[in-house]
Amino acid sequence: MLEVTGVTKYFSGKTAVSNIDLKVADGEFLSILGPSGCGKTTLLRLIAGLEHPNSGKLHLNGHDITHLSAHKRNVHTVFQRYALFPHMTVFDNIAFGLRCKKMDEIEIKKKVCDGLELANLKGQGHRAISTLSGGEQQRVALIRALVNTPSLLLLDEPLGALDLKLRLQLQHELVAIQKRVKTTFVFVTHDQQEALNMSDRVAVMNNSVIEQLGTPNEIYEFPKTYFVASFVGGINRLDGKLRVDDAGRCICDVESLGSFFMEAGESRTNGVQGGLCIRPEKLTIFSRRPSSDNVLEGVIKAQSYLGTHTQFEICLKNGKILNVFQQNTQKLAKKAYHVADKIFLAWQTNQSHFFADSSLS
Amino acid sequence: MTRNPQTFRVATFASLAWLWASFLVIAPLFYVIAISFLKRGTYGGIEPVLTLENYTRLADPYLSGTILMTLGRSVWLAFLSTVLCILVGFPLALFLVFKAGRARNALFFLLIIPFWTNFLIRTYAWVVILSDNGWLNSVLESFGLGPEFLHWLFTPKAVLIGMFYNYLPYMAMSLYVSVEKLDVHLLEAAADLGAGPLKRFFKVTLPLSIPGLIAGSIMVFIPALGEFVIPDILGGGTSLFVGNLLAQEFLTVRNWPFGAALSVILILMIGLCLYLFEKVTKGKGEDLIA
Repeated sequence: MLEVTGVTKYFSGKTAVSNIDLKVADGEFLSILGPSGCGKTTLLRLIAGLEHPNSGKLHLNGHDITHLSAHKRNVHTVFQRYALFPHMTVFDNIAFGLRCKKMDEIEIKKKVCDGLELANLKGQGHRAISTLSGGEQQRVALIRALVNTPSLLLLDEPLGALDLKLRLQLQHELVAIQKRVKTTFVFVTHDQQEALNMSDRVAVMNNSVIEQLGTPNEIYEFPKTYFVASFVGGINRLDGKLRVDDAGRCICDVESLGSFFMEAGESRTNGVQGGLCIRPEKLTIFSRRPSSDNVLEGVIKAQSYLGTHTQFEICLKNGKILNVFQQNTQKLAKKAYHVADKIFLAWQTNQSHFFADSSLS
Repeated sequence: MTRNPQTFRVATFASLAWLWASFLVIAPLFYVIAISFLKRGTYGGIEPVLTLENYTRLADPYLSGTILMTLGRSVWLAFLSTVLCILVGFPLALFLVFKAGRARNALFFLLIIPFWTNFLIRTYAWVVILSDNGWLNSVLESFGLGPEFLHWLFTPKAVLIGMFYNYLPYMAMSLYVSVEKLDVHLLEAAADLGAGPLKRFFKVTLPLSIPGLIAGSIMVFIPALGEFVIPDILGGGTSLFVGNLLAQEFLTVRNWPFGAALSVILILMIGLCLYLFEKVTKGKGEDLIA
């Protein structure tokens, strides 16, 4: 188990990682998701021992590893650009870590061959690194780290340099390998699809801090901050003011559009400015005003048919544009909407989120 | 040939380079080879008479013995200079690339500054430093090591110091270029996989710096082999090196044809060295390029 407590790191006065607390359970696949420059790679390097924190502690399986150098940690990394040794063959690359441990050559050979098999590269140990394709390099880098049976495997955007099709394929391979070897994976990425698709839990980072840590479902359906809501998936936002009525219900007043009910959350104070946020696929289009609590009126400005769903751009009365996704069904195909049609949008109260302005970023 | 301006420009520059090479390298070389087969004039000139005498003279056991001794001494000294340059140049290059940080350019500049002073003056400066009552001995004396503690001037030690001092920048610079190209992530990956600092150097940094090491060694070894000014000034002519032998034949004895024959032999030997060097390092070099 990895425990990160209160870790802070700054580079020449600039904070890269600020007071991070994180626990990763054994065998877990945890993603650290965030935009570039949010500190996710620094956090990874701190765990790997390639950087040392200015304050805070790191524990691995109960041992304090805060001041342990990288080469003494049982933590291995798959680097962003793989960092395979160009002057060695595939075999020697994979054997590097084992040879550092002074393992018996016969045993090394067996382990490397097993690794090559796991990576679908059986019998290709003699190849030079420069002759490998991007996907093969990625797999060699993965095996080079995994063959040392680390307590923790770190992956720094390992799929970033590959094309989309290969990425999707390797996402599945990676998850399959992780399930097989049962090693703890900490995976850094800026790609929300990748994070949602592969992980047991996702830590969303922004501006040097973890904004939310949860399962992919929690992150998507119950974002805690506006940043998380907008970084993971699409979001529509209406600026408004919070009001708590006599019955204790929370209402968001949006100027010139009306009032909308919201879930009553903790610390909801009257008069707070903020944003009412609804995901595009949670909005439903009606041609006649539905009898729902929350209804918006608008005009279709543009639509594009995308097979599984149709994407609409709806212009509201105040000129604000909302994105709406509607699942395509055969029924919907018959009552097609057209650009410039006047329509109504409705959503269920519990599918909207309100973020007070102080938490907006 | 197409009238492509790009091709034309390349051809122009290439022809300039060829012109340079033919006038300043190939022509003198052929001149040396040519006169090595001619007869010596009575008063030091050349007589246009074809002869193999200059080469057959080398068969004389006494003479060839002396020449071989001299050659052996020169090769050994050039080898020592090269090793010394590597031993100091490698850490220097590593320091410049990885540790110097912002001072890197300034320090690199310092490495070049000595070239602004004439080579002879720099070499004579070492006479002042190394002589029996020079600076080095005064400093050592002030540490209580007695007067004239070191007798290094006019010995092979002083020659080695002079060679090392003059050729170090070439080694340091070519290593610097190689080390600078080294991907830091490879060193991080090695550390991540459990390699300590020494292992990182021998398994990653050194193998990937071999092109610079080869270039630097060639740039030090070959000029050092033919060097005659440094042995003259710092060695005081006490021990003869190949460079001195040649200079003597041409300038003092004024036997140009025999000097030319010796030069041809030396060129052939250097060529052989380079060939062997290439053979030995070939496998590694190809790996790096591939």
